[in-house]
Amino acid sequence: MSPKIPETILLDHGSGGLASQELISTLFLKHLGNKVLSALEDSAVMDNQPGRLAFTTDSYVVDPIFFPGGDIGTLAVHGTINDLAMRGARPLCLSLGLILEEGLPLADLERIIISIRDASLAGGVPIVTGDTKVVPRGKADKIFINTSGIGLVADGVEISATRAQAGDKIILSGSMGDHGITIMTRRAGIALAGDLRSDSMALHAMVQKLLAGLPPGSIHTLRDPTRGGVTTSLCEIAGSCGHMIEIEESRIPVRPEVRAACEILGLDPLYLANEGKCLALVAPDIADQALALMRACPEGAEAAIIGTVTSGNTGRVVLKTTIGGTRVITPLHGAPLPRIC
Amino acid sequence: MKYVDEFRDPELTAHLLRELTAATTRPFRVMEVCGTHTMAIFRSGLRGLLPPEIELISGPGCPVCVTSASHIDAFLQMAELPGTHLAVFGDLFRVPGSNGTTLAHARAQGAKIDVVYSAMNGLELARKNPAEQVIFPGIGFETTTPGIAATILAARQQNIDNFMVFSTHKTMLPPLMALLGDPALRLDGLICPGHVSSIIGAAAYQPLAEQNHLACVVAGFEPTDILQALILMARQISEDRAEVENAYTRAVTWEGNARARAMVATIFEPVDMEWRGLGTIGGSGLAIRKEFTGFDAHSRLSITVPESKEPPGCLCGQILKGITTPPSCPLFGRRCTPSSPIGPCMVSSEGTCSAWFNYGNDSH
Repeated sequence: MSPKIPETILLDHGSGGLASQELISTLFLKHLGNKVLSALEDSAVMDNQPGRLAFTTDSYVVDPIFFPGGDIGTLAVHGTINDLAMRGARPLCLSLGLILEEGLPLADLERIIISIRDASLAGGVPIVTGDTKVVPRGKADKIFINTSGIGLVADGVEISATRAQAGDKIILSGSMGDHGITIMTRRAGIALAGDLRSDSMALHAMVQKLLAGLPPGSIHTLRDPTRGGVTTSLCEIAGSCGHMIEIEESRIPVRPEVRAACEILGLDPLYLANEGKCLALVAPDIADQALALMRACPEGAEAAIIGTVTSGNTGRVVLKTTIGGTRVITPLHGAPLPRIC
Repeated sequence: MKYVDEFRDPELTAHLLRELTAATTRPFRVMEVCGTHTMAIFRSGLRGLLPPEIELISGPGCPVCVTSASHIDAFLQMAELPGTHLAVFGDLFRVPGSNGTTLAHARAQGAKIDVVYSAMNGLELARKNPAEQVIFPGIGFETTTPGIAATILAARQQNIDNFMVFSTHKTMLPPLMALLGDPALRLDGLICPGHVSSIIGAAAYQPLAEQNHLACVVAGFEPTDILQALILMARQISEDRAEVENAYTRAVTWEGNARARAMVATIFEPVDMEWRGLGTIGGSGLAIRKEFTGFDAHSRLSITVPESKEPPGCLCGQILKGITTPPSCPLFGRRCTPSSPIGPCMVSSEGTCSAWFNYGNDSH
C-alpha cells in the first residue's frame, strides 16, 4: 500500500529519496509518462533524424501562476515550442525542470502538471526528461519552471532576423498585449470589465503550414513578441538586419478590452508581452499568400500585414500613427509601469 | 473604442490641422503644462504635423518629475525603517534620490515596496498586514489629491491605524504664477491641464490670463482635443485676446468639482513645498491637517529631509521651466536614458526628456 501523499510540497520531495520517487510516480509519470521519460534514465536518448538541430531554453517565473487563458505550465510548454518554431524548427521534445517552494499545495502542482500534459499532447511534443528540486519556504515563489527544447530544421529553411530584406512585408499573427495586460491586471488585483485572457498558444503547427505552403526561402524572419512586446521585437530585427522598419498603428490588431485597459492604466499595448503571436517578415510577392495561410489557421485567424522593411536609415523602426503623424519607436526600457494620472 | 477613436480620427485631424493653419497668423510659443499632454503630442505624432509657426514648450506638470530628490530620499528612509511597507505609484519606482538610489534599489536590498494603482490599494495592504506600517508616498497635483483624501477618510472610518501618507502633494497654480514671472519664458499661451482643471475649474486660470496677458485654453488629451485647443489659442493670439477658454467641456466645467476640493480641504492645508528644479514655492504644497495627524507619516515617523542636491550637469530644472529643451542637455541620450535616468524628466513616462527620447524623431 502506498503512503498517502501529503497535501503540500515538503523539502523531502526534493531529497531524491522515497518521497521524490513517490512524487515522480504518482504525479509526474501519471500525467506526463511516455516511453522515454518513464524509463527514468539519467538522460533521454532519441533516435537520429535528418536535419539540423535547433536547441533552446527558457525559464518561467510568472506571478500569478494561474491566470485566465493559461498558467505557468502552459507558458512553459508554449514558450519553448515557439522559440523553436521561430527558427523554422519542428519541435521534437522538451525537458522539464521544476524548482518548487516548500509548502506549494500539491493540488496546484498537479493542476500545472496537467496543463503541461495537455499542452504537450496538443502540440505533439513530449516531455522526455525532467528534474525537480524543492527549496525552503521563501527561497522561491511557489514554482519556477525551466523547459529546454530540441527541434529539427529541414534543409533549405533559413529563418533569422539577419535575413530580413528591404521590401519584406511584416505580418503579425494576431492581437497585441493580451498576455501582458492579463498578468498586470491580475497581479494588481484590478477588476476590469471585459474578457482579458492570456493568448498562451503554440505556433509551430502554423509555422510548419507556412513552410509547406510557401516557396522555399520566402520566409525571412520569424519572431515571437514576448517580453517587451512587438515594438521591442521589431527594434531587435531592425538592429540585426540593418534596415529600417515602417509600421502602421491603425493596422496593428489590439482587442478593444485590451486597449481600454491600457488607456486606463497608461500602458502601450505595443510594449506588452504576448505568448501566442508571431511576426513574420516575408518576401513581398508571397505576402498575401502567407497572410491567407496564416488566417486559415486558428492561431493566425486575426493576422494582418502591419508594415514593410525599407532601405535606408539603418536599424530604425518608425510608426505611422493613427492620425497620420510619424514617430520613431524605441525598445522597452525597464518593466512597463502604470502611470499615476 | 468608443470615446477614444472619435478623437483620433485621421480625417477629423486633417480637417482641424487645416483650420489651425488658417487661424495661425503669426509665430507663437505655447506651454503645455501637463505631462500627459506632452506624451500625447509626441505619441500621436502630432508634433510633426503642426504648422511650423507653433512652438510647443513642456511645462512642470509631471508629478513624478517635480518630486524633489530630498523627498525621494525621505521615501527611501521610510522604506528602510523596520516594519514598514511602502505602497507606491509605479512611476515613482525608478526615480533616483540625491545619491542616485531608487526605490527599485531599496526593494532589491530587502525593503518591502509594492507598486499600487491607487492609494486605496495601499489601505487594503494595511488592512491585510496589521503588523506592518503601510506608508503611501503621496505625490501629484489636484488630480490625485482627492483620491488620497478619500483614502485617509476611509482609513479613519474603518479604524485602520497602520496606514499613513507622506504628503508631497502640490497645487498647480503657484508654480505657474512663479514661472510666468520669468521673462526668459516668452509665452503667448498656456494649454491648461485637463484633469487638474476638472477639479479646480477653468475659472482658476482667469488671474493668470489677465496678469500675464496669456491665452489660456483647457484641453483634453486626444489629438483632436489638443488641436481644437490650439485653434482657439491661435485665434486669441491673432486677435490679441488673452482669455480663458475651455476646449474640454466633456470633462471640465467653469467651476470645477467643489465636492472634491472640499474633501481635500478637510484633510490638507497649504504649505510651502520644494519642487525638483524649481526650488521651494510658497503655498504650493499640501500637508495633512493636525486633526488627521494619525495618518501623517511626516509627524509619526522621524524622517529628516535634507536640502536637495540636483545631479551635476542635469538640466531638468531648466527643462521643467520651459527655458530649454532636452537635446540641449549634455547628459540627454548619453548618460541619461530611460534605462538609467539621471534627472527626473527622464524617469517618468510622462517626463519631457522621456517623451523626447522615446518619441522625438531626430533627437537621438
